[in-house]
Amino acid sequence: MIYEVIVLIKAKNRLGLVFFPAFDWAISPTHPEREERLLYTQDQIFEEGIEDIEGIKFYNPIIACKEDIQRVHFCIPDVDSRVTESHLISVGGAIKASQAVMDKEVDKAFALVRPPGHHAQRVVYGDRGFCVVNVEGVMLERIRKEYGPLRVAIVDTDCHHGDGTQDIYWNDKETLFISFHQDGRTLYPGTGFLDEFGGPAAYGYNINIPLPPGTGEEGFLYVLDNVVMPILEEYKPDIIINSAGQDNHYTDPITNMNFTAQGYAKLNDRLNPDIAVLEGGYSIEGALPYVNLGIILAMAGIDYSHVHEPDYDRDRLKQPKDITEYIKQISEIVYSRWKDKEDLRIKEFKGYDQVERTRQIYYDTDRILENQSQNFKICKKCSGLNTIKSQSGEGYRVFAIQIPVDACSKCIDEGYRLYKNPKGNYTHVYLQDRVNDEYHAK
Amino acid sequence: MIVGLDMGGTHVDAVIIEDGRIINTIKKPTNRDNLFESIWNTLEELLKGYDKSKIKRINLSTTVSTNAIVENTTSPVGMIIQSGPGLPQDFLACGEENVFISGYIDHRGTVVENWNHEEIKEAINIFKGKKINSLAVVTKFSIRNPSHELEIKEMIEAENRGNITLGHTMSGKLNFPRRVYTSYLNSAVYDTFNDFSNNIIKSMEKENIKAPVYILKADGGTMSLSTAEEKPVETILSGPAASFMGINAMLSGDEDAILLDIGGTTTDIFFLADGVPLFEPLGIKIDKYKTLVRAIYSLSIGLGGDSSISIKDGKIKIGPKREGVPYAYGGPAPTPTDAMITLGLMEGEKEKAYEIMKSLGKKLNMSAENISNLILDTMANMIKMKVDEVLKEINSQPVYTVKELLYGKTIEPKLINIIGGPAKVLAPILEKKFHLPCYYPDKYEVANAVGAALAKPTTEINMLVDTAKGILTVPELNIYENISKKYTLEDAKKKALELVKESVLSLGAEEDQIEAEITEESSFNMVRGFFTSGKNIRIKAQVKPGLIYDLRGDSID
Repeated sequence: MIYEVIVLIKAKNRLGLVFFPAFDWAISPTHPEREERLLYTQDQIFEEGIEDIEGIKFYNPIIACKEDIQRVHFCIPDVDSRVTESHLISVGGAIKASQAVMDKEVDKAFALVRPPGHHAQRVVYGDRGFCVVNVEGVMLERIRKEYGPLRVAIVDTDCHHGDGTQDIYWNDKETLFISFHQDGRTLYPGTGFLDEFGGPAAYGYNINIPLPPGTGEEGFLYVLDNVVMPILEEYKPDIIINSAGQDNHYTDPITNMNFTAQGYAKLNDRLNPDIAVLEGGYSIEGALPYVNLGIILAMAGIDYSHVHEPDYDRDRLKQPKDITEYIKQISEIVYSRWKDKEDLRIKEFKGYDQVERTRQIYYDTDRILENQSQNFKICKKCSGLNTIKSQSGEGYRVFAIQIPVDACSKCIDEGYRLYKNPKGNYTHVYLQDRVNDEYHAK
Repeated sequence: MIVGLDMGGTHVDAVIIEDGRIINTIKKPTNRDNLFESIWNTLEELLKGYDKSKIKRINLSTTVSTNAIVENTTSPVGMIIQSGPGLPQDFLACGEENVFISGYIDHRGTVVENWNHEEIKEAINIFKGKKINSLAVVTKFSIRNPSHELEIKEMIEAENRGNITLGHTMSGKLNFPRRVYTSYLNSAVYDTFNDFSNNIIKSMEKENIKAPVYILKADGGTMSLSTAEEKPVETILSGPAASFMGINAMLSGDEDAILLDIGGTTTDIFFLADGVPLFEPLGIKIDKYKTLVRAIYSLSIGLGGDSSISIKDGKIKIGPKREGVPYAYGGPAPTPTDAMITLGLMEGEKEKAYEIMKSLGKKLNMSAENISNLILDTMANMIKMKVDEVLKEINSQPVYTVKELLYGKTIEPKLINIIGGPAKVLAPILEKKFHLPCYYPDKYEVANAVGAALAKPTTEINMLVDTAKGILTVPELNIYENISKKYTLEDAKKKALELVKESVLSLGAEEDQIEAEITEESSFNMVRGFFTSGKNIRIKAQVKPGLIYDLRGDSID
């Protein structure tokens, strides 16, 4: 006889999973972004029987199209030259995940896709930080196009500063970007400091929390509870996206943090994102199988208390006191700057009608150096027309114009006027008209 | 002479096939209280007057294990489960007693933490106290390294003489919960099936039948009786597989196809992909248990010739219940069979059938003929809707490579093969609905027994080669051996084909019938630090289900 009726495990939140390990794609055979990266994660997900859990549904990626890329990026010289099928599928996986949420087929979704994307900025000459296309950005603009305006918070939990996503949403108040990461003085890409606070139309809506090497569970969860969550409560986003890098893990080979699978699960439990998208994370055997499992269970509302690394040792990973103190101070500063953002904005931009932002951008993966200058018009009626002048060693001289989605008629007209008669000598001129969802290049 | 027998819930069908011709058939009611006798009586009657020494093989499809599970007459099982970090473990409790033990083996088969003797000792005492003799030991990732399961078995065997199922012997596929349930079921039906097989062996000796006995599996293949005794869980739900093999024996299909078995109560749906059966991705579900038992994909809907018909909200509703024989034969409710008789498409009591169709038609202001036609049309629509729905699901199974996503195989049926009572009548209607040609055989009554008779041994193996560790594993064959660090994908493929052939020979295959193939292959560069440390090679190989020969054409008397 059957003694006990088996208790079927059931997800509290219906969870959509796009698991696309791209087993036939690598940057190069021994690169961290290689075929093997999600192999052991797949083993763990299969062995745990995730696909049999009631309420968890697997989806295949769709394939994103050129228009999706052009809504966010200026690919130099064009999309086809820079973006491969693999990128379109990775983004397509994230789009599919978010569509499942928007269509209410599931409550939440997690796209475990690769290649990653959070270092891909608006201008794309090639691959930087393993990224060519900004997965969250392209996903989000596609769902805004399909489902209408959305107020969104992107929380980047990758160990590296999400400089690409920061660049894309720099001047967009409807997209709050929060990144906590290993301090840029100690890690690629070397940015992500407190004063990177957003463009004139969105000052204060780009929040960086640089953390010292050695930050552990205690520090990450402190930042979450004392900075991220209070800010989200005040911002009241329609949806929350976790840009879910996993390289804060204590075993990651290219970073210096002490975060854990339990920590990642708790973080996602408390952050409660609607959509999570995998970013970095290169401890493919010791971390990813457990971190991904933890995130999946936390998002599905299933008990994750038994998820931990085989070699997990709480005492060894305990965060030193001085780090805890430092993190408390940083958190206080970040939160008070968020509170004061109106005053800070007036102080920063009073008297200006436009703002220049000049940078050098290095594409580490493809070894390209770009010189770039962005110009943001300060407009009383909209977030203002903005333009980018960019040059790279390859001989490109680029002028790119963006008409933002909320642009006033004056800014729209000026955008088109500039596209017709750009002042200067350029090899390529681009116009991204977000009002009419059009893209022009010459 | 080949003998095939299929035991269903209501009937036992059996056939003798000689030189590609069916030379005798028989159909007897199933006695649910004595399944062995049902089979043996049928065999005796079938073989009366035939030279028993000429029997080459006897293939049986039995519901012995299935019934025991569904009717809760299995043995109590003591489970030892090592689940390590991951999902909570309480939901895995499926035995009479469940002992969760410490220790852990990770995804690469590395022992992270050893098992504990004291815990096993305690488990043995618990099982002894409850007089539990059927046990199962299952550890997470045991297919990557079965050492804990094997060591624990050794310790138990020193004190306990019962049967012990080890998780890694059930399947080479990853899925711990299913491994637990499959192992549980294997131990739970072990005594039931072994009683049955002992009876078969004794009776055969008495009758001086020397032919080997094979048991049909849910994947459409056969296994020897002695293998079935060790893995009785593999004998569950072989009925649909018999029916699938029967359709294939009678009708050809070398491309993507829909296969339908339309019976009295249900319609079973199967698919062919390039002529090869479509399998369940992981394994079949029985009762509330999802298992790792390999099975042909089949879906059963409550729609058949004897399904009862009612009118609901001005619409015809057929099934899912069967309330008895058709009205024309004295049954309580109108059925599709009555509609077919009314239209003159089937033999039967036309007056009675017409009477019930007329009264049913009145409710919708239709003539008896019109409503009969509408009933058949509705039946075809219901089948079409279900087939479309599952095809959509099947064609969106997860894929893991760019190549598969861009160019992967999807099933696009080119034809429909149907058997069953209403097949001939429904074929032209289904042809119009699907815009596909429909084929049906002249005679189908013993299709399941024919399918069982002509089935061949099948097997599947999952090979993993980790050259960094220098090991090759094939859990299905209990192979865990050392290999050179230079082992290549080609070496692995060659070895897999050899192993799968060897394995199927040991199951009773004949050399010239073996069609071994690699179904999945991949090889990953393993990089640690900045250096390639080895290759992680994964291979699936199988001998797919096939027929000893087909009876296509008019070879059926």
